[in-house]
Amino acid sequence: MTQIWNIARKELSDGLRNRWLLAISLLFAVLAVGIAWLGAAASGQLGFTSIPATIASLASLATFLVPLIALLLAYDAIVGEDEAGTLMLLLTYPLGRGQLLLGKFVGHGLILALATLIGFGCAALAIAVLVEDVELGLLAWAFGRFMLSSTLLGWVFLALAYVLSSKVSEKSSAAGLALGVWFLFVLVFDLALLALLVLSEGKFNPDLLPWLLLLNPADVYRLINLSGFEGGSAAGVMALGGDLPIGGLLLWLCLLLWVGVPLLLAYWVFLRRPT
Amino acid sequence: MNAVEIEGVSQQYGSMTVLHDLNLCLGEGEVLGLFGHNGAGKTTSMKLILGLLQASSGRVQVLGRSPNDSLVRRQLGYLPENVTFYAQLSGRETLRHFARLKGAALAQVDALLEQVGLADAMDRRVKTYSKGMRQRLGLAQALLGAPRLLLLDEPTVGLDPIATQDLYQLVDRLRQQGTSIILCSHVLPGVEAHINRAAILAHGRLQAVGSLASLREDAGLPAVIRASGLKQSAQLLQRWHADGHQARSVGVDGVEVVAINGHKLGLLRQLLGEGEAQDIDIHQPSLEDLYRHYMDQAENTRAGEGAA
Repeated sequence: MTQIWNIARKELSDGLRNRWLLAISLLFAVLAVGIAWLGAAASGQLGFTSIPATIASLASLATFLVPLIALLLAYDAIVGEDEAGTLMLLLTYPLGRGQLLLGKFVGHGLILALATLIGFGCAALAIAVLVEDVELGLLAWAFGRFMLSSTLLGWVFLALAYVLSSKVSEKSSAAGLALGVWFLFVLVFDLALLALLVLSEGKFNPDLLPWLLLLNPADVYRLINLSGFEGGSAAGVMALGGDLPIGGLLLWLCLLLWVGVPLLLAYWVFLRRPT
Repeated sequence: MNAVEIEGVSQQYGSMTVLHDLNLCLGEGEVLGLFGHNGAGKTTSMKLILGLLQASSGRVQVLGRSPNDSLVRRQLGYLPENVTFYAQLSGRETLRHFARLKGAALAQVDALLEQVGLADAMDRRVKTYSKGMRQRLGLAQALLGAPRLLLLDEPTVGLDPIATQDLYQLVDRLRQQGTSIILCSHVLPGVEAHINRAAILAHGRLQAVGSLASLREDAGLPAVIRASGLKQSAQLLQRWHADGHQARSVGVDGVEVVAINGHKLGLLRQLLGEGEAQDIDIHQPSLEDLYRHYMDQAENTRAGEGAA
C-alpha cells in the first residue's frame, strides 16, 4: 500500500510540476463556461439556455477531449520508464509490478479526477452564481454525474494506455498506438456501427445493435449523460441507446468494467514484459 | 552464509543458451570482479542475482533467500549500466523518491549526495547533469539503506580519473564494513587492487575464478624482469640462453628476461649478485594479461569444438 502511494505521489507531483493539472483544469473550465453561455448560439440564442442542453454539449465535447488527455498522460507510463533505464532499477526494488502499475494508475487517476473536479466544478459554480433562478438541485445532480462519469471515462483510457505502454518497446510506437485507440473509440466505432446499420438493410438483428454500444466506453459515457432528462436530446447513434433495456446503474457498472478489465489486461501484459 | 550462491545455473533465451552451468559464489564482505566480453553473460548473471530473470535451471540464492524476496531487495544495492533517471526531477528529489521506495531513511539522502560529490548540484535538475554526474547519482542510489550486497555494473564509465579513484576507495571502505560487492567491468587497469577475486566469463561459460595470485599460478603466465645498469650483461645473457631462458639485451647495459614459474627469485639473485644491477623492474602478469590469456583459451576451445 505504501509502495503504491510512493509511486502515485511522484506521478502526482510530476503532474503539478509540469503544469498538466493546471492546464487541464483551465481547459475544462474555459470550455465548460464557454459552452454553457455560447452553446446555444447555433440556434440563434445567446446566454445560458438549460441544464440538459449544456450537459449534452459538454458530454459530446468531453467524449473527444477526456480520452485524448488520458492517453497523453499515460501512454509512456511503462515504456518511458524503460527507456530511461529506471524500470529495470525499480524492479530491483522491493516493489511488485502490480504495485508499480497501480501506483501509476492512482497518480494519473487523481490528476484526472482533480482536473475534472476543479475545471468543471468551477463552471458549475459560475452557473449557480451567475444564472438567475437555476434549479440548484438539478444542476448539482447533472454536473455531479457528468464529472464522475468523465473521470471514469478518463480512467478507462488510462488503463488502455497502460496496456499499450506495457506491450511496446518504444515510446513513439506507444504514442502512435494511443492515437489509434483514440481514433477507434471516439470516431471510427460509431461510424462503423452506422455503416453496419445501413449496409445490413435491416437484416441485422435490431435487438442486438444497441448492445454493441456497450463495447465502446465513449458511447457508454454518452448514454449515461444523455439519459435522465425530460424529452432526451439524443441523436445519431445515441438514439439506439433508447432501445437498450438496461438501467442507468448497469451503464455505470459497464463503465467500471471498462476500467477494471483493461487494467487487469495491462497487468497481465506487464507481467510478461521482459526486462 | 554466502552473500550469493549460484549453483549449476543455465539460462536460455528461446533456443539460445546464454549461460552454461554457472557455479559462482560470493562470500560476505568479499569483492568479486566479473569480467567478460560483450554478450559473455555478465548482464544475465547480474539479472539472475537481481531476480529480474528466473534461471532456466539451477539454483540462485541471495543472502540466503530467493532473489525475489522483498527482504533481499531491501538489502541490495544496484547501479545499472545506463540509467538517465527522471530528467525533470532534481538530484535530491530523485534520491528521495528512491529512498521512499526502498524504505530507507530520508535523512541519508543529503549525506549520500555529499559522499558521491554531488552536494553542489543536488538541487539542479537531472536533465543538466553530465554522464559522470548521473553515474554518481546512480551510485548514491545504490548505497541507499546501507545494502549488504552491492552490484555495480560498469561503475567507472563516464567518471574522470579522480572520481574513479574515489569510487575504488569507496569500494574498499564498504568492503571493510562487511558489504559484499560484485563489480562488473570492461575497464581492467586499476581495478585489480580492489577486488578479492576475479571471475572471467566468455561465451556464457565461466573460464576462471580466483584471486589474482591463484589465477596467475593457474595460467602459468611468466613475469618479465627488466634490469639496467648491469656490469656484465653479455655474460649473463650468454648463461641464460644456455640455461634455456628467454632473454634479450635492452639498450647498452640492460637486459630483459622472462621468468617462467619458479625461476623468478633465482634470476633476481643473479641480477643483484653478479650483475650488480642498478635498477630492476618486475612486470607481473596483470589482470589484463590474465584476461587475454583466458579469452584466447576460450577461443581455442571453441575453435577446437567447432572442428570436432
